[in-house]
Amino acid sequence: MAFTPPKESYSGKVFPVEAGTGDGAVSLGGENVLPFHAFEGEIPNKPLVAYEIQDVPPADWPDEVKSQYEGVSDDPVKWAKHCIDELGAKAIALRLVGTHPDGANRSADDASKTVKDVLDAINVPLIIMGSNHAEKDSEVLVKASETAKDKNCIIGKAQEANYKTIAAAAMANNHKLIAMSELDINLSKQLNILITQMGFDNARIITDPMSSALGYGLEYTYSVMERIRLAALTQNDTTMQPPMMADVGMYVWKIKETQAPESDLPDWGSLKERGIAWEAVTASSLLLAGAELLVMRHPEAVKTVNSFVEELS
Amino acid sequence: MLIIGEKLSIIAKRVREAMMSKDKGPIQEIAKRQADEGSGMIDANIGPAEDGGEDLMEWMVTTIQEAVQLPVCLDTTNIQALEAGLKVHNNEWGRPMINSTSNDPERFPILELAGKYSALVIGLTVGKGGLPADAEERSAIAAEIMARAMEYGVPLEDLYLDPLVLQIATSQDHAVHVIEAIKMFQEMNDPPMKTVVGLSNISNGCPKELRPILNKYYFALLQDAGLTAAIADAHEMGEVMKEKDMILDVMNGKTIDDEKKMIEIQKTLDVIMGRTLYAHSYLEM
Repeated sequence: MAFTPPKESYSGKVFPVEAGTGDGAVSLGGENVLPFHAFEGEIPNKPLVAYEIQDVPPADWPDEVKSQYEGVSDDPVKWAKHCIDELGAKAIALRLVGTHPDGANRSADDASKTVKDVLDAINVPLIIMGSNHAEKDSEVLVKASETAKDKNCIIGKAQEANYKTIAAAAMANNHKLIAMSELDINLSKQLNILITQMGFDNARIITDPMSSALGYGLEYTYSVMERIRLAALTQNDTTMQPPMMADVGMYVWKIKETQAPESDLPDWGSLKERGIAWEAVTASSLLLAGAELLVMRHPEAVKTVNSFVEELS
Repeated sequence: MLIIGEKLSIIAKRVREAMMSKDKGPIQEIAKRQADEGSGMIDANIGPAEDGGEDLMEWMVTTIQEAVQLPVCLDTTNIQALEAGLKVHNNEWGRPMINSTSNDPERFPILELAGKYSALVIGLTVGKGGLPADAEERSAIAAEIMARAMEYGVPLEDLYLDPLVLQIATSQDHAVHVIEAIKMFQEMNDPPMKTVVGLSNISNGCPKELRPILNKYYFALLQDAGLTAAIADAHEMGEVMKEKDMILDVMNGKTIDDEKKMIEIQKTLDVIMGRTLYAHSYLEM
C-alpha cells in the first residue's frame, strides 16, 4: 500500500503584509500553514531578510561585522545603497540608535532628515526603528512617520509604554507597525489588542515577541513565536495573525561568543566563522519558529540564511 | 463543597496590621462575615512567621474561634506555630486543617503533627524541585504523598490533595491540568481522595474586574470535576451557586436568555480550557 503523508489543516491564516511602494514593494506572511509546510497549504511569500544599518557609525559592533561595512557605515545613505547594490538587500532596516539620550542624543528632526535621505536613495522597503528608549522613540518615530508619509514603511517598535503615539502616527501616515512585547505571549496578544482598539487595522501590524541570541534565551523566543503561530493557525486567533519579526543581529553581535578572540579561547575556533554561524543559526531557528521578517547584520550570515530558505521552500 | 474562607491572610494589609498589633476587631469581623457568607472553615494564613509564629498562630486560632463556631485551617510553613495553634484549637466545632504538607522532605514532619492532633491535612502536589508540568506529574506526586501519609498514620480520608492552581495570566495551560488532576486524584483511592484548591490564584495578576469572573467560572468547572473543598472568597462562591444552572447550561452548549452573561461565560470557559489564548482584554475581543 502506498504511503500517504499525513497532512494537517488549519483554520487560520497569517495576514499578508506589503511594505514599500511601486516596483520595490515586498510582501510577507500570507501563509495558512506552519513555517515551510508548503506540502500542507499555501506559502505565498518567502521570509524577508532586512539588512540593518544605523544613523550613526556602528561603534559598538564587533570588528568582524563592522569591517564588512568599512567606508560606507559613516553615511546611512551610502550604507543602504551598498547593501542593496553590492549585497542584494531586499529590505533595509534603519535603526535610529543615535537618538538615544545616553548616546549621541540626536534630535527627532535630525533623525527624520536621515530617514528622508535614505528613503530618497532606495527603492526597497524601509524598516524604521528607534533606539529602544520608550519616551524618546515616541518623539523620534512620530516625526519619522510624518517624514516617510505614504512610503509604506514598517515603523517601530511600539511597546506598552509608548504604543499610543507611535501607532497613531503610523496610522495617520500609512505605515505598518512593529508591536513589541517582552517575551510573554499573553502580553504580546494584549498589546496587539490595545493597538487594534485604537482603530489600527491588525492586518497592518508586525508582531515582535522579542528576540534573543542562541545560548541567551533563544528557546524562550522560539517557544513564544511557536505558540503565537499555533494560536493564529489552529485557533484562528486574529489578534495573533500578524507576521512576526526577529531582530536577530543586535542580539547576536553583542554576546561573548561573537567577540571573544581565538587567542583567549582557542577551543572555540575561528572568531570569524563563529560569529557568522551564530547569527545564521539564531536566524534560521527563528524562521522555523515562524518569523517572516529578519533584521540581520553580517552579509555571510544573510547569505547562509537565504540559501536555507531556498532549500526549504 | 467546603469553602475555606480565604480572607484572613497576612498578604492583606489590614489583616497584617491587625496581626502585628494583636487587634482582635478586624480579625473577628472578617471571620464573622466569611462565616455568614457560607464558609465552613476559616483559613488563618500567617505566612512563614519565623519570629513569634507560635504566639501569633495561637492568638489567631483563639481569636477566630471566639467569634465564629467554625474550625480553622492553619496556614504556615512554621511547624512550631502549627503545633501551637493545634493545641488551642477548639475541636468541638470541627477538626482543624493544616495547610500544607507536600512531597518536600522538609514538610514531612507536618504529617506527624496531623497524626498526633488528628487534624485534616492538605497535601500540595509539589516536590522539592520545580512545579509539576501536567496532571500526570501531579498525580505521581500525589501518590508519594499518600504513601507518606499512611507511613505517618494519617488516614487517607483526612488528606486533601491540592493540585496547585497557577496564574492563568502566565501559566494558562495549567488551568486545564488542574481540572484534569482533580479528576485523576479521585481515582487514586476508594472512597475517592478528597481535593482542595487555592482558588483565587487563578486570577492573580489579572485586572481587578476580571478576577471574580475567572474565580467563579473556574470554580464551577472544578466543582463539576468533583472538587471537595476550596480556599476561596465565600461571597464569590455564593454567587456561583446562584448562577450554577446558567453556567452549566453554557458549558453544555445551550443558549441562555442573558446574552451578555452567556458571552462572558463562553469566553471565560474558552480561556480556561485553553481554546483561546489569554490576554487581559479577552472579554473585549
